[in-house]
Order: sequence, then C-alpha cells, then structure tokens
Amino acid sequence: MSEALQVGANPEVVKKHLAHHFDTMQQQFDAGKLGMWLFLTTEVLLFSGLFCAYSVYRALHPQIFQFAGEYLDPVSGLINTLILLTSGFTMALGVRFAHTGNRKGLSVCLILTMLGGFGFLGIHGYEYFTKYQERLLWGTNYHPLLGPDHQKLLPPAGLLAPLARPTPVEVSPWHHLKLLKREGFNVAHSSIVPAPVGPAGVVAKMKRESAPGPYSQPNNVQIFFGAYFLMTGLHSVHVIIGIILMIWLLARNLRGEFGPSYFAPVEFVGLYWGIVDMVWMFLFPLLYLAH
Amino acid sequence: MTAVDMPGKPKLNYLNCDKSIKSWLLTLDHKRIGVMYLIATLTAFFIGGMLAEVIRTQLLVPKGLIFHATKHMSSFAAYKHYNQVFTLHGIIMVFMVLIPIIVAGLGNIVIPLLLGAKDVAFPRLNLMSFYLYVGGAIMAIVSTIAGAVDTGWTFYTPFSIQTETYVCFMVGGIFLIGFSSIFTGINFIVTIHKMRPPGMTWFRMPLFLWGIYATSIIQVAATPVVGVTLLLLILERTMHIGFFNSALGGSPVLFQDFFWFYSHPAVYIMILPAMAIISEIVPTFSRKHIFGYEFIAFSSLAIALIGFLVWGHHMFVNGQSAELDTIFSLLTFLVAVPSAVKVFNWLATMYKGAIKLDTPMLYALSFIILFTVGGLTGVVLGCIAEDVVLHDTYFVVGHFHYVMFGGTMIAFIGGLHYWWPKFTGKMYNETMGRITCVLLFIGVNVTFFPMLMVGAEGMPRRYASYLPQYQPYMIVSTIGAYIQLVAFLMMAGYLLHSLFRGKKAPDNPWGGATLEWTTASPPSHYNFDDTPLVIEDCYDYSNVKYDESIGGYVRTDVPATTEPAPVHA
Repeated sequence: MSEALQVGANPEVVKKHLAHHFDTMQQQFDAGKLGMWLFLTTEVLLFSGLFCAYSVYRALHPQIFQFAGEYLDPVSGLINTLILLTSGFTMALGVRFAHTGNRKGLSVCLILTMLGGFGFLGIHGYEYFTKYQERLLWGTNYHPLLGPDHQKLLPPAGLLAPLARPTPVEVSPWHHLKLLKREGFNVAHSSIVPAPVGPAGVVAKMKRESAPGPYSQPNNVQIFFGAYFLMTGLHSVHVIIGIILMIWLLARNLRGEFGPSYFAPVEFVGLYWGIVDMVWMFLFPLLYLAH
Repeated sequence: MTAVDMPGKPKLNYLNCDKSIKSWLLTLDHKRIGVMYLIATLTAFFIGGMLAEVIRTQLLVPKGLIFHATKHMSSFAAYKHYNQVFTLHGIIMVFMVLIPIIVAGLGNIVIPLLLGAKDVAFPRLNLMSFYLYVGGAIMAIVSTIAGAVDTGWTFYTPFSIQTETYVCFMVGGIFLIGFSSIFTGINFIVTIHKMRPPGMTWFRMPLFLWGIYATSIIQVAATPVVGVTLLLLILERTMHIGFFNSALGGSPVLFQDFFWFYSHPAVYIMILPAMAIISEIVPTFSRKHIFGYEFIAFSSLAIALIGFLVWGHHMFVNGQSAELDTIFSLLTFLVAVPSAVKVFNWLATMYKGAIKLDTPMLYALSFIILFTVGGLTGVVLGCIAEDVVLHDTYFVVGHFHYVMFGGTMIAFIGGLHYWWPKFTGKMYNETMGRITCVLLFIGVNVTFFPMLMVGAEGMPRRYASYLPQYQPYMIVSTIGAYIQLVAFLMMAGYLLHSLFRGKKAPDNPWGGATLEWTTASPPSHYNFDDTPLVIEDCYDYSNVKYDESIGGYVRTDVPATTEPAPVHA
C-alpha cells in the first residue's frame, strides 16, 4: 500500500503518535491493522452463532419462515440496504480523503456516513414500532392481533402502511393473492392413522396445527420473530457504536489530527463500518426475503 | 524513567521503578499486568480449591457429611447446596483459573521477554482485558451472594432457564471474562506477528510462542460463539425469546451444540499453553536441543484446528444421529495424534540428555505422566460404545481432572517455578520445591485415580449421596484431596518466603538459551537495554555455561545486538 509507506514521514507525527514499544510508525500501523482484522473476525463469529441458529430453525421448520417472512416489508429493507451501501461508499471515500490529507472531504464523508446510520436506525425503529403495534414479537410475547374472524392476521405493515391501511382488518388484494399462492406449499398431514387410545376402537381426535384455510398459521411463528429481533437488534447495536465512533473521528478531524502520515483510526473505523454493512447484506435476504 | 544505574542505589527494575498503588492499577507494563493476573487467578484458584475440599469432604460418607437431611432441612434442599458448591467449583476453575492463568498470567509476563520486545502490541487493550476479567469476577461474586447458581458449569437448558438461582449475573460475568480472553488472544497474535526482533523467523521462535499462538487462535475464533450463546441464555431468561426452550419451538440440544462448540476448544485453550511450557522446560533441564521442533510447533496448530471439529463427542447420548456420532468419534481419536507427537518428542529430547531434576523439571515429568493418563482415558471416552456406558460417571470427572489438574495446573506450577526467579528476582528453596512436587504428584493420583475406578463401576457424577459400596474409593479420593491441600499450603509458604527472604536470583539460573534469560532478573521497565538480534538457535545450549561466581549461567559467546534502542526520557 503506497500510502502506508509514507507513514511516519513526519517527525512531529512520530513524536506525538508513536507508542514507546514500537520501533516505527509502519510497525505500529501494521500491528493495529492486524488487530482490527482479528477483532472483526470475532464480530463475524458473534453473528455466525445467530446465523447458525437461523439455519437450524429454517431447516427444521420451513413453514414458519415461509409464513412469517411475509410480515416483513421488503421495500423498507431494500431502502435500508441502499442506505447502508451508500454510507459504506462515503466511508471508503472518507478513508481515501484521510490518506490524501483532504480534511474537509473527510469531515463531509463522516457526516454523510453518520446520516446514513441515523437514517437506517430511523427506518428500522419504525419497523420495530409497527411490529410492536401488531404484537409480532419474540417468544412468549408473540400475540398477533387477529382479524374479526380470528383467522386472518393483519396485513403486513410496511413503511407506507399507515397510508395504505385505512381499515386495518381488510386484507389487501396483493397480500390475498400471495396467501392463496402459499397454499400450494402447505405441509400435508400424515396419512398414518394415529395410535388408538382408551377403549379399543376409539381414536383420539387428531390435533391440527390450527384451523385450516388460506390464513392458517403454523405453530411456533415466534421463532422467526425471535430471530428477526435478535439479529437485527444486535446489528443495530453495532450501527449505534459505529455512529459514536464517527462522532469521535469527526471531533479529532476537526482538531486537525489526521493527515497523510497519520490516519490509522479512520482506516480502522472504516473497516468496522464495512463489516457492519456486510452483516446487513446477509441479514436482508435471510429475513426480508425469507418467503 | 531511566534505565541508567544510580550509584549506591539498587538497579531500577519494573517492580521498584514506581511503587505507588496507582502505578500498579493503571500500569500498561505487561509484566505488572501479568503479575496482577497471577494474583487474581491464584485467588480464584484458592477459592475454587477450597470448594473442591468441601465437595470431597461431603463425599466421605454415602449420605453426605456436610449437606444432608436434618430436622430443619429436607434432603432436597440440603443437596441443592451441594449442587451450588460443585457448580461454583467448576465455573471458577474453568473460566477464572484454567483459561486465563497460563495465557494471561504467565504469558503476559514472558511473551514480550521471549520476543525481546518492550511490551505487547496493545498495552491499553491488555489492561482492559484485565479489568474485564475483574468485572466478570465481581459479577460472579454478586451472583453467588444473591443466589448461587446450581446448574453445573455447563448451564444446560432447560434447567438453566427454570432455576431460580442468579444465572443471568453469572452468565453475564462469564460473558465479560470471555471478552477479556478474546482481547488477550488478539493482543498475543498481533504481538507474535509484528513484534519479533530482527533475525527471529517463525522457526526460530521459542516453542512457548507457538503454543500461545495456537491458543490465541482458538480464543479469537471460539469465544465469540460462547459469547452469543450466553447472551441468548440471558435473553431466554429475561425476555423468553424461546431459542432453547422446546415449549416455544426452540431446541435445548442447540444450546449444547453452541456451548460445546466453544467449550471443547476451550479445553485446548487450557492445555496448549501447558504443553508450551513443557516444551521450554524439558530441553533446558535436559541440556539438549529440543527434538522435532517443527513437529511440536505444527502439532499445536493441528490440535487447535482439530479441536474445533470434535464438540459432538459431548453429545453421544443426547439424540445425535449415529452418523454424526461416528464422525465425531473419529475426529476425537485424531486429536490424540498431535498430542502423542508432543509426548514422544519430549521423551526423545530427554533421551541421552544431561537431565537436572530441579523443581520445574520434576513438574514437567509429572505433567508428562499425568497428561498421558488423562489423554488415554480421553480416547476411551471418545469411543462411542464405551462412552454410552461411562457418560456422566466419575470416569469423566477423573479424566477431566487428570488432564486439567494433572495437565494444565501442574504445567502452570512448573512454569511458575521456572520463571519465578526471572519475574520476582528471588530464588525459592529448592529442596522444599522438590518435596512439594513429589507430594503433589502423589496427591493428584490418590485423588483422581479412584475416580476412574469408581466411574468404571458406574457411580454417576454430580450426586451428593451415593451407594455404600463406593465408599472406600471415595475415602481414598478425599485423602488425596487433603494431601494436595497440604502440598499447596507448603508451596504458598516457601514461595512467599522467597519473596521476602529469598536469595537474589541470577539472570539465568537454569541455563536457558531463550531471550528472557539474557536480561536482568527482574527485568527493567523496558525489558532490554538494546533490541536483541537473534542469530542463534534458542535451544542450543553449547554456549551456555555455568559460572560458579554468580551461581547462574552465562553465555560464553557475546550476544550480538543491533543499534541501541532509542532512549525514552
């Protein structure tokens, strides 16, 4: 990396930023970068546990993901994806500006990236809020609000839901069509006759998952929402940490600390933001496009 | 601070350069952080050890000597206390002693010294690791006072979700300790990659560094998974998220998969640094070049790698499919190969060597014997048909303690005696050291061998009471535990005595050829006056000769150095 060769060229920078136990700025920079990559590895592994749980449950209960996936709004997910991609670009540009010593450019890029983070959190917070309103929550908190006939779930609430939903009970034709389509994937009940219980000849009534029909929901839908809130929640925490780091970088940049011979913090936060982006690139299809 | 000697004053070293409490608590010096780690982990070891004595005393009689039914207490309530005691013993020993004691304790002190470096790559992160460890330990204490956990150290669901004890606090504490372990691992990987002195190629590194390197890889790659697992367990208890709760569609077996995906590699976090210590002690005290350097180095990496693929052998009887059982069993057998490579290499190093039976060497020999027993019983348990019978019996307890106590702790004590003169600057009483080592070796075998036998006869683990036919074994085992207690008290006595009254240690008391023996005992704040240049083999003892006048060894060739390090005012 050509920029890295300039690291430590300025003796004033060396005096200020070189820690006592390193011989050169280059050594310090390389050590920091390797450390940051290792830390990011642990971040990926932290999420990988959740991805693993997701795959296990998806393999065990495909019908849950098929059913519940429709209650996430792919449009807002897509908007968030684009926001994060753009902020990833502005962050990378900011790192480049730090290399070339363009302080103003770096500040602008940091602010844009931060705005992207806030936008992402805003849209995401709104999604959480609508999920909360409909009680589409995790575990024991999953009590979806049902329609008047107690079989229809409310239609998926998206970003534009308040506009498109004057009468919340009504199912939109778009959604109705999809629900009908899904019937083809319903898991057939076993043809094996249940074992008799009680006096000979008396067959216990079979337990159905729930009432049949186009709106029937499989058991344990809360697993999906558990995964949704956990994975996106942990990711959002990382976005918040990223924004805090941006503020810190911005403050240091306004003091004029970064330049072509010292830019390690910008570079490392840039790497961190890249991982935050990357995790979302996996979360979006796994959750929002699950059906 | 200056490294220049003041006339008439003792030479400045890292211990006496600044004696204020603040300079210790906020230190960025790896040696001081290491010493603080040693104090913290040894305190934890004392508490965990006392709990072990309580367990052994309880099992002296079949109905239980300490916790048993009385007029005021049902046997159920009494035995719950026993569950809490063995749970705390397990948690303290695994998470607060075995995992950090060698890597973060001894490792912090000697890794930069072995590298000829001034410090680890990230000194601040190092201090933060220590405080994360302390924070985790405080949370564990809070949980113990509020309502000690009774789940066993494995926190298996669904019981860990249902129990009313303070699981969240304990698990939160372990989460913090896990992050401490991750940061230590990152720090050491970067240190070994980037801070090697000129001339020290990968294959000129002392083997201790190879062992720590492999350990750090496991720490970095496995600990995040247990982090997220423990996080899920907390959410399970507080928010009922349902991932591990079958009533909500979750899977308790998934918890076991997650838990062992970390906790099996974690036993290699414990044993690899122990092996690394033995790889330093054996050649030094045999006065002979290490045999099969590359094989020992790569076997560490092989153990680290294979260690990730064997976690399923904890679940042979938990409804895992027969195919998976077979695969995990085979992979488990594979771990024995690199472990045996190490043992044979140590034996070959000693062969025809001029062996000096000083205290560290006695511990190294104890390690080789005890680890071999522990390792071979592990292969027995890795065999599916035998594991179905031996699962959850005392055989497993015996195996684990042979590896973890007879392996990790014995090697740690060996390493502590090996580097004690270096980092304290004092010599301990050699005769007392030897007697204690022999006593401890006897104690370990008397304690844990009956466990293997009684386990093979079918006594289940974790029970507060047992059938009378097992009593003879239990009494012998308890006597062994008391012998160990005596040995540890003796050790604490002569080590503390050496701190105040010990002879001053020479720079190189054992004749080691690695870099830490070229600097002063104890080292100065910056470790080395000049950055060393490594051209010799660190296991070549032909130029290290005993010098009667200083009571230690000196190099007969003059070690070459590069230009002096920059002066730091």
